[in-house]
Amino acid sequence: MKVLMRGNEAMAEAAIRAGCRTYFGYPITPQNEILEYMAAHLPAVGGACVQAESEVAAINMCYGAAAAGVRTLTSSSSPGISLKMEGISYLAGARLPVVIINVMRAGPGLGNIAPAQGDYFQATKGGGHGDYRLIVLAPSTVQEAAELVMLAFELADRYRVPAMILADGMLGQMMEPVELPPPIPPERIPPKPWALTGAKGRPPNVVSSFDLDPHRFREILRGLWDVYRQIQRDEVRWEEYQTEDAELVLVAYGTMGRICRTVVRRARREGLRVGLFRPITLWPFPSEPLRRLSARVPVFLTVELSAGQMWEDVRLSVDGRAQTPFYGELGGVVPTPEEILNEVKKYVRG
Amino acid sequence: MSVVETKVPAGFVPVYTRPKALSDKRFTYCPGCDHGIITRLVAEAIDELGIQERTVGVAPVGCAVFLYEFFRCDFAQAAHGRACAVATGIKRANPELIVFTYQGDGDLAAIGTAETVHAANRGENITVIFVNNQIYGMTGGQMAPTTLPGMRTTTTPEGRDLRSTGYPLKISEMLAQLDGPAYITRQAVFDVRHVQMARKAILRAFRNQLEGKGFSLVEIVASCPTNLRIPPAEGVRWVKEQALKYFPLGDLKVRE
Amino acid sequence: MPPKGMVVIDKDRCKGCGVCVATCPFGVLALSPEFNRYGYNVAAMAAPEKCTGCTMCAQMCPDAAIEVYLYRPAKEAV
Ligand SMILES: Cc1ncc(C[n+]2csc(CCOP(=O)(O)OP(=O)(O)O)c2C)c(N)n1
Ligand code: SF4
Ligand code: SF4
Ligand code: SF4
Ligand SMILES: [Mg+2]
Repeated sequence: MKVLMRGNEAMAEAAIRAGCRTYFGYPITPQNEILEYMAAHLPAVGGACVQAESEVAAINMCYGAAAAGVRTLTSSSSPGISLKMEGISYLAGARLPVVIINVMRAGPGLGNIAPAQGDYFQATKGGGHGDYRLIVLAPSTVQEAAELVMLAFELADRYRVPAMILADGMLGQMMEPVELPPPIPPERIPPKPWALTGAKGRPPNVVSSFDLDPHRFREILRGLWDVYRQIQRDEVRWEEYQTEDAELVLVAYGTMGRICRTVVRRARREGLRVGLFRPITLWPFPSEPLRRLSARVPVFLTVELSAGQMWEDVRLSVDGRAQTPFYGELGGVVPTPEEILNEVKKYVRG
Repeated sequence: MSVVETKVPAGFVPVYTRPKALSDKRFTYCPGCDHGIITRLVAEAIDELGIQERTVGVAPVGCAVFLYEFFRCDFAQAAHGRACAVATGIKRANPELIVFTYQGDGDLAAIGTAETVHAANRGENITVIFVNNQIYGMTGGQMAPTTLPGMRTTTTPEGRDLRSTGYPLKISEMLAQLDGPAYITRQAVFDVRHVQMARKAILRAFRNQLEGKGFSLVEIVASCPTNLRIPPAEGVRWVKEQALKYFPLGDLKVRE
Repeated sequence: MPPKGMVVIDKDRCKGCGVCVATCPFGVLALSPEFNRYGYNVAAMAAPEKCTGCTMCAQMCPDAAIEVYLYRPAKEAV
């Protein structure tokens, strides 16, 4: 059964259905509905929602809850995610599965609350200190947002890494019909023998990112990077739309991916052979499929709500085999399909 | 004179043994450091209440960073200052657990002030052990918010100047003003009598949690002989003659 | 007649801080000239016959290195 839901609420409800039982957050537009939804609905399923004193506190509460073995969520928007970065680095170091939703707004600084994609580097290249990555999932519809939230919990638990949903203000606020996935039965959530549940009948468990011995720490990190490589091998997700005969492929994610789908339809109506490559996992980035595509597509036009961040990954993947121009907007301005189509027409003719 | 009496002759019964909640690891503290006494007192409280199998500790960043190695309990190592937030997360996720943090004055009263104040104000049902040694021990003796006026540290080479660095932060007095906390007390460990009082306070702070009374914090005025560059025995004098002037002992808040 | 009490000091844990020596009201303890494997002069009973088993040294030891015993032959027999 489809229900009409706002993106933020659909993500919150999906988290509860994924078995999330603790939420910690701090208000910031445009994602307040997630905190509000959790405050209203988590207690009813025996969970706990805490409005924390800051994003710093919230992410560290997640650290504690995840360490205790419970599925946990936090959400924020760009300035708040910056504050969470310390904690996210610790989550990665301590191998704690936490799901973080970033409903991006325009930055740097306080910027504004309009949708933007300026946090791509922060999300996919580390963001906090040290050698780590996050699984980063970028939904482009409310339906997909709900599904990816459920997937994020599953992947975070499977690999014991934090996972981020990189959405933006447009998706968070948008109302769309959504078919919510059924709740995960508690017995399907994998057991966590490493969790802090009290050292009863077993040696104590310790959750820590600390090791003074460089050689030992190197081994721990090598193990972590083995996991990252496994994720890169097995968890890459993307969508291709009308790329089979395309002379130009738009590369865009999230809200921008959605707008570019409209651009493809309009271009096709005008007889332009345009396709769309939409990364769903921003990390791991779908480099290999993009590389394959670059063997026969001459132009990849990257479109972002930023000055060009994912663009770098596109260029690395295409690696000179095709043209890789960029089109982007700054400051929370969202380009119209017409504007993008005009840009497309600089490279392809009907 | 024999160095170690390893065998206990017949007829002798133990009256004081190493707490069972402690692991076999040697403490990593300097010789004579008050951290060692306080760590042991926490273990004694856990033993006395029989809660080792349901206790989760939260280790700070500071000289007690290795706390998780010293206990036979589950442990989380927290980012600098964030222990009260981490403890909140653990306790909310599983209220059956007995959760305590153990933090220095830099950790709790500087970088972690917000997390501490708000956990206290929420009345979070956790136990906080706060070791106020008036210095950043681990990083080599820089000024802490609790550093005494005129006290020399590596960042106040001429002594702490109140005009440019402010006053010793009385965090326990601040917390005692809030409605949230159940128990705020300041103790010391410079002699047997005070160790026994501190022991009782720590016990009470844990018992409060067992009884669901809410946030309990035991501040312990300690000394860092290494960074004061004094022999451990003089640490006693330091606390008695200097520190207690600014940090008087006693209960600051007790909610029955 | 054996002494009323005795202490056992864990040689490896002791850091020779001297806190127990300063604490013992009966002058039982002293730092021995011997080093443990970490290079500390460990504390030891210099006057074992004076130990009352009062546990004060153990309560003050910052390294949880002291255990205290009392002479209670009757209890042991039970
Ligand atoms: C974010 C961050 N800033 C600074 C440090 C460095 N640091 C480690 S311990 C410490 C101070 C510890 O002092 P205190 O909390 O008083 O503990 P003590 O060592 O005195 O017991 C600092 C500043 C850090 N680890 N993380
Ligand atoms: S530096 Fe100071 S506080 Fe730290 S272990 Fe040594 S004596 Fe204790
Ligand atoms: S107090 Fe403990 S560590 Fe210090 S000298 Fe005595 S036995 Fe050794
Ligand atoms: S038990 Fe008492 S008398 Fe015996 S050594 Fe320790 S302090 Fe001295
Ligand atoms: Mg300190």
